[in-house]
Amino acid sequence: MRSLFALLWKYQFFVLFVILEVISLLLVVNSYSYHRSLAVNSTNDFTGAVLEVYSDVADYFSLRKVNKELIEENSILRHQQVSSFLFTDTNVVYRDSLYRYIPARVVSNSVNKQSNFILINKGSRHGIQKEMGVVSAKGLTGIVTGVSEHYAYVMSMLHQNSRISARIKKNGQLVNVIWDGKNNLLGEVTDIPSHVILSRGDTIITSGNSLIFPEEILIGTIMEQKISQNKDLGTASIQFATDFNSLRFVYVIANMMKEEQDKLINNQTDE
Amino acid sequence: MNNLLLKNIIRFVLLILVQVFLLNKMNLSGYINPYAYLLFILLLPVNINRSGLLILAFFTGLTIDLFGNTLGLHAAATVLLAFLRPRVINLFFSNIEFTGDDEPGLPIIGVGGFFRYALVLVFVHHAFLFFLEIFSFSNFPDTLYRIIFSTLVSTLVIMIIVLLFTRKSK
Repeated sequence: MRSLFALLWKYQFFVLFVILEVISLLLVVNSYSYHRSLAVNSTNDFTGAVLEVYSDVADYFSLRKVNKELIEENSILRHQQVSSFLFTDTNVVYRDSLYRYIPARVVSNSVNKQSNFILINKGSRHGIQKEMGVVSAKGLTGIVTGVSEHYAYVMSMLHQNSRISARIKKNGQLVNVIWDGKNNLLGEVTDIPSHVILSRGDTIITSGNSLIFPEEILIGTIMEQKISQNKDLGTASIQFATDFNSLRFVYVIANMMKEEQDKLINNQTDE
Repeated sequence: MNNLLLKNIIRFVLLILVQVFLLNKMNLSGYINPYAYLLFILLLPVNINRSGLLILAFFTGLTIDLFGNTLGLHAAATVLLAFLRPRVINLFFSNIEFTGDDEPGLPIIGVGGFFRYALVLVFVHHAFLFFLEIFSFSNFPDTLYRIIFSTLVSTLVIMIIVLLFTRKSK
C-alpha cells in the first residue's frame, strides 16, 4: 500500500492530469444530454451580473433597431385587440389565460458554438422555471434549461440537443426541427413523410404537442427539400424566423396549465 | 515573489475580461471564436510547480466555462495544454537556461520562438476543444477547418497582445 502511494506521488503530475481531465469530461458529458443539462448547469447570479454590465453598454448601440422591432410588434398586437374586431355576435366567451408571457432582455448570447445558450435577465424571482419556452418577436427561440434567482440560461435552437416538435402549416403534418451545427441562419426539418412535397417559403410552426410552446408559433420557412429515394422520412433545410445573431428581447412563455397536464400524463403512464 | 504573484493575478483578470467581453462577442465568418485567455497559462514561469500549473489551468478553463455555460469544455482543453507545456518547452528551448521566475516570453525566447511555442499549444487546445464540443468525427473536414482557422486567429490575437504589452528592455 505504501509503495502504491509512493508510486502515485512519483507520478503526481500525470495522476493529477488524469484526475482533472476526468472531472472536466464528466462535466462535459453531463451537459450533452438535454435532460442532464437540466440538472447540471452553471447558471449563477455572479456571471449573470458581470455579463449584464456589458450588455447594458452594448444595447445602446442597437436602440434604433430595437425600437423599430418593438413598434412592428406593437402594431401586430394592436391588430389582435378586441377593438380591432367587428363583433356581430355579443356572446363573447372569456377564457382563463393559458399562457403568460414574461418579457426579458438578452444579457449574453452566442451563435458560433455547437451548443449555444442565451442568458436572460429574468430568473426564479420573476417566475421563470426550467423547461419554459422562449420566443422572440419574430419566432421561436429556445427552451429554459437553467435558472438562478435573477438570471436564466436558455438552450438556443442553435444547440445540438435542440429538438422542437413542429408542424407544416399548409397540411398539418408533424415534423421535428433540429440544428446541424453549421450555419446560425439555417436549421433542419426532419421526419417529413415522403409523400409530402414542400416548396420554398412553406411555413413551419410549433405543433403544440410539447406543452412547452403554444400552437402555431412561427419557427421558420422552408429553404430546400432534400428528396431521398430510399427513405420513408425526408429532410429539408429551414431558415429560422428568429435572427439569433441580433437577439435583444425575448418572451418566456409560462404555461399556466403545465402542472395539471403533467399530472395527467404521469397518471396515464403509471397505470 | 509578491510582485510575480500580483503580476499574474492582474494578467489573469485582464485576460478573462478581454476574453469574455471582447473576444467571445466576436463572430468572424460565423463560427470563429479566438481564445486569447490561454496566454495566461503560456506566460506562467517556466519553473512553476507542474502540479500547480495543472490546477491553475483547470480553474482558468472553468472560469471561461462559467461565462459561456460550457461546463468542463475549456477546463479539459486547458488542462491538456498545461500538461503538454513542459514537454513543448523542453522540445523547443532545451538550449535555453531558465532561471528563477523566468517567463517563456518574448525577451527570452524571441518573437519566432514564442510564435512556434504558442502555435503548437493553441493548436492542441483547439483540436481537443472542438472535437469535444461536437463530440463526433462525423463532420471531420468541417471540424478540421474550424480548428485550423481558429488556431491561426487565436495565435494571431495572442501575438498581438504579447507584442503590445512586452516592454522593450535593452
